[in-house]
Amino acid sequence: MKQHTRAKSEVFVPSGQIQFGVFFQGVNSGTIWKAPESGSQTDFESFRRIAQTAERGLFAAFFLGEGLRLREHLGRPHALDVVGRPDAQTMLAALASVTKNIGLVATQNTTYNDPADLAHRLASLDLVSGGRAAWNIVTTDNAWTGANFRRGGYLDHADRYKHAEAFVETAKRIWDSWETPDGPARRVLHEGRRYTVDVTPRLPRSAQYRPVLFQAGDSPEGRNFAARQADVIFSAHPKFEDAVAFRKDLVERSLAAGRGANAVQIMPASEFILAPTAAEAAEKKEWVRSLQIGPQQAIAYLEQFWGRELSAYDPDGPLPEIDPVVEETSETRGSGFHGAKARQLADQWRAEAKDKGLSIRQFVTSKTARIDSTFTGSYTAVADQLAEYARVGAVDGLNISPWLVPSGLDDIVNHLVPELQERGVYPTEYRGATLREHLGLETPVRSADEAVAAVRA
Amino acid sequence: MSTFENPGFLAIELDGAGWDGADLTRAVLAAESAGFHAATFTDAPAPGRANALQRAAFAGPVTRSIALVPEVDTVYTEPFHISTQLASLDYVSGGRAGWIVTAAGSPEAAAAVGRSSVTGAALGQEAAASIEVSRRLWDSWEDDAVIRDVATGRYIDVDKLHYADFQTPAGFPGAGYSVKGPSIIPRPLQGQLPVLAPASLIGGIPVDALDAVLVSAPTPELLAAEVRDVRARVGAGVAVVAELDVVLDARGQAAAARGASFDGGRAAFAGSAPGLTDFLADLLKEADGVRLHPASLFVDLEELGRWVLPELRRRGALRPVVQDGTFRDLLGLDRPASRYATAAAAPAGAGK
Repeated sequence: MKQHTRAKSEVFVPSGQIQFGVFFQGVNSGTIWKAPESGSQTDFESFRRIAQTAERGLFAAFFLGEGLRLREHLGRPHALDVVGRPDAQTMLAALASVTKNIGLVATQNTTYNDPADLAHRLASLDLVSGGRAAWNIVTTDNAWTGANFRRGGYLDHADRYKHAEAFVETAKRIWDSWETPDGPARRVLHEGRRYTVDVTPRLPRSAQYRPVLFQAGDSPEGRNFAARQADVIFSAHPKFEDAVAFRKDLVERSLAAGRGANAVQIMPASEFILAPTAAEAAEKKEWVRSLQIGPQQAIAYLEQFWGRELSAYDPDGPLPEIDPVVEETSETRGSGFHGAKARQLADQWRAEAKDKGLSIRQFVTSKTARIDSTFTGSYTAVADQLAEYARVGAVDGLNISPWLVPSGLDDIVNHLVPELQERGVYPTEYRGATLREHLGLETPVRSADEAVAAVRA
Repeated sequence: MSTFENPGFLAIELDGAGWDGADLTRAVLAAESAGFHAATFTDAPAPGRANALQRAAFAGPVTRSIALVPEVDTVYTEPFHISTQLASLDYVSGGRAGWIVTAAGSPEAAAAVGRSSVTGAALGQEAAASIEVSRRLWDSWEDDAVIRDVATGRYIDVDKLHYADFQTPAGFPGAGYSVKGPSIIPRPLQGQLPVLAPASLIGGIPVDALDAVLVSAPTPELLAAEVRDVRARVGAGVAVVAELDVVLDARGQAAAARGASFDGGRAAFAGSAPGLTDFLADLLKEADGVRLHPASLFVDLEELGRWVLPELRRRGALRPVVQDGTFRDLLGLDRPASRYATAAAAPAGAGK
């Protein structure tokens, strides 16, 4: 295997290309289940259909989230949105046998997994798929999720990235531990505050050396973590100006971390609502939004922040005049909820809705729809828009969340991809056999034991 | 010729396949077309061996009838992860998944996750706790929990989801723990996956937590007697599966000359295909099934598929292979109702 042949550039150079990934969403409010053409969220056929359509469209990667605890609403499982999903790596291993090229990305948590076990399973996925596996690294730090695990909620919020980094470094050493593709393997030791790992790895390097690392998380700590460790970052910044600013920020962080300006790729989440004409696309968007946020979802969304039942309120009427319950009861009130600021937020929202003349439903739609990440328009207009992203290198790719399963990628693959190919900004074939090759990533430098000692936590 | 009142089934251990996807596809398709009812995937630590559950999952979409049964450790793996991974295997295989429960007793397995080593009777208790967690989580969504009711806007009926609220029992040897639930995935297609365990773990694992036991003996001669002993301990409700290493005369070489080395402590049959056929025909009168561990996967599999299985089938010793059937169907198990299902909908005592 080639080792790091490209010179480390201090200057960012746009690739001039856009790649696509698809995020098959599990638990979420964006996937429409009410339309007659909406299929199962758990049957293998839905996953196969989306993955094979994506592969027909030369998508770089297929992503799955991770479920560790069901969302709750007012103390019970949340009833209104799509819920329930298969285990990411098990599903991806199955998809590996019915796909040839597409990358297979598993979201896996560093808090509720053991490094040696997770590294082994990711290496397994990488081997059975012929070098197409990736790990989307996420962290969790709450006792509510920990209630499903032996280790419980043991991690302080402030420690989660420290822990995650030690975890990732350990995983890299496990993947790097084979002297040659045939072995033998070096013993890997890690003694940290959270874990002790003492393992002699069992699996050889894959065709792509080791799984590609994705990272999701937008805080300064998250960005620095990505700049040091990841190959690709999901950003929350798909809007053009934001995307350009995020690129600049990430390039600076990558250089500060001693990596090249192009070392970390950017692939924000996105949603596409496309049609032959702009007018049809706008109409389609109304339809999509009405099915994503129905009257019950609108009320339930406010209930998360109000901490009380609001079913007496008319979804087509104004926001509730009643004040929210202030104390922070549990995780289940939503990640945006902050107890002390509940009343302030309610006042602010009421004023905003009144100002804009929005009903509860319209207001919630404006808060929840992926306004920033939605590309709406005709195939040609959106292709032109993305060509500009490619030209300046605003992003390396977009991670598409289809709002319909399993047919949600059909119009993108059948109509948008050919437009992008005509403009010369989208691949016309897979570049190689591995995910690392599809993305044009460098072969990783073998991690040295000395470097690892520095980040022990 | 003897007749079979209860034809049996044959499983094959696919450990001889490598980690490569193409190898796995070839192996599981060869086993399926040879007429095996089940393929098992060992997970004991060995260089070059990929995760068993993922190998089974990989085999799911390319097969139609063969049950896929990985070993999954219960001591150093999170029970919540095990449960959702196995349920997912059931989804990707169309209801053909099972679970061979193992309990890692080696200091190496403990060191890998930084825990103290578990040994002796505690292994069975760890395994029992993990089985109980999985079974509760598999039941935690009633079958009709996903309602997709457009009129009320409800995707699920919350009354049909249940917290598992598992707590390790008093006197649990390791660090006690709890698992809240419900599962993150709807109930597996089979409701409950068949759970298999080596007979050595019985005791620590209550018999009624198991659907099948794997029985070993030091020699082929002792195997049928051991099967009868275990049958007497577990009763008729638990399938008894005999474990047998196999090396056959093949490709012009006598079995003895093929230099097979077995180290699993299992009974080993070395000889001709007709000899093995007779041996299995007798053994299947005592055992519900036999799991074969071939000395060389593809060499022995070819002989088995060409000579042994067709003759056993002709003699009526084997159950028919059912396309799109479930593993529970193969074992003669009904699909149980969730233990949490309301009394009106299900009979009581629906456990495993």
